[in-house]
Amino acid sequence: MISLAQTYFIEVMTIILYCLLIFVPLLLGVVMALYADRKIWAAVQKRRGPNVVGPYGLFQVPADGLKFIFKEIILPDGSDKTVFLIAPIITLALSIAAWAVVPVQAGVVLANINVGILYIFAISSLGVYGILMAGWSSNSKYPFFGALRSAAQMVSYEVSIGFVIITVLLCVGSLNLTEIVMAQKTMWFFIPLFPMFIVFFISALAETNRPPFDLPEAESELVAGYQTEYSGMPFVLFMFGEYINILLMCAMTTILFLGGWLPPIDIYPLNAIPGFVWFLLKVTFVFYLFAMVKAFVPRYRYDQLMRLGWKVFLPLSLFAVVATSSILFFFNLAPGM
Amino acid sequence: MTAQLLTFYLFSGVILISSLMVISTKNPVHSVLFLILSFLNAAGLFVILHAEFLAMILIIVYVGAVAVLFLFVVMMLDFKTSINKDNILQYIPIGILIGVVFIAELIIVLINTKFDLSNIQVLPNPLSDFTGKSNTEAIGSVLYTDYILYFQLSGVILLVAMIGSIVLTLREREGVKRQVVSEQLKRQGKIDLVDVKSGKGVDI
Repeated sequence: MISLAQTYFIEVMTIILYCLLIFVPLLLGVVMALYADRKIWAAVQKRRGPNVVGPYGLFQVPADGLKFIFKEIILPDGSDKTVFLIAPIITLALSIAAWAVVPVQAGVVLANINVGILYIFAISSLGVYGILMAGWSSNSKYPFFGALRSAAQMVSYEVSIGFVIITVLLCVGSLNLTEIVMAQKTMWFFIPLFPMFIVFFISALAETNRPPFDLPEAESELVAGYQTEYSGMPFVLFMFGEYINILLMCAMTTILFLGGWLPPIDIYPLNAIPGFVWFLLKVTFVFYLFAMVKAFVPRYRYDQLMRLGWKVFLPLSLFAVVATSSILFFFNLAPGM
Repeated sequence: MTAQLLTFYLFSGVILISSLMVISTKNPVHSVLFLILSFLNAAGLFVILHAEFLAMILIIVYVGAVAVLFLFVVMMLDFKTSINKDNILQYIPIGILIGVVFIAELIIVLINTKFDLSNIQVLPNPLSDFTGKSNTEAIGSVLYTDYILYFQLSGVILLVAMIGSIVLTLREREGVKRQVVSEQLKRQGKIDLVDVKSGKGVDI
């Protein structure tokens, strides 16, 4: 056993270090994203937004976090307490786990696995369990309806996200995220696959329960949806999980369509800037779009949401898969043929 | 190698324990959650076998879609009334019978095979040469060529099942007003579009 410990101690320690290297910037990113979200929302509505705590209100989010930490964790009497507490942990853990394969620069990635995009797809399809478990274990009507809505919504939009990913994969010929980015050296995929870019963006909004698709937590109907019974730290875990998922979807949009860490044009002053700066800029830009959509689009009705997912996006993305593969086949452009 | 062995025992141990829990917990929702746990660990076993594509597909299809529907249905049940403790014992004879059949089959197979571990070869490439190909490529290159018939057949079976379930559940109700989006969009001249100046507002 001692030799085993010696062999693997350093390896395990480096992996833990890498995990911290992912987790700490992610945490900072979530704090900034929360702040930006509120500021942009306020600016659209001609309000000031958070501006009291710290310079320009920058410390508002950490202050809110502190407040949540000191709040009491309330466990509802009729709830299934184990599942009730596991649910937010699962949500947060899954949302962080997906970041393990996201490349921020050429070669800068924790796990450069061959099936990277499938891994992210699998992990994000697991995300529905946190919500379902939370809704069921709360033993209350509003969380339950919120969870049912959320699960149905996520399962529906996953289908079209899957087909959009397939169209991109057809142009790349690999499931590896790094290779997906490198395939965009000549042209970012949002130019030839523009309709799919739009479908992916809207589906990403629905997948992360962002407005205008935030039916699961529609406060006018369901109080706070599946989070209704949560307070204190478990609530913060949900909140963080949700925002890390949003950032993940921004990163996915960047990697699949906006060329990842590649500069817009491969000329001197632009390609001297390190790749992760481009990556960050693009993720920030996509998040800005997310925040703007939240600010000025009214909430969908639930049947409209389902109609959009199944009757508009599914046929459209299916058609796109057929069309893309036909074009690639006839013009002999398909990679690996 | 040791680490691989340890992870194997971890995954398979969790599979065994959670499968036991599936049939022994009182609460059906807990059963489904344990079932999902065992699916996940089975995916972990696939990863140890370097079958990462299968692992991901297992998670996406079974855990991400099928088990969600399981959970959906089970959550809707009013399980407090459905559990009757007296009835549980009556299934024990059937359970023992099935268990005996399985063990007998296993023993028959083991007796009839010359079970010599040194002779057993796990064939990584029973058909063509997959060296240098990734998992996904290898599966794709066989699935759409050598096994195209089976692939198409399973697709047709799934299609029939899908159409069947739609036909069974589809019902037209009288007197329900449905939203027809295209008709709404065709309406003209009923709305005024006003360009509102920022900060000025508009006269009503």
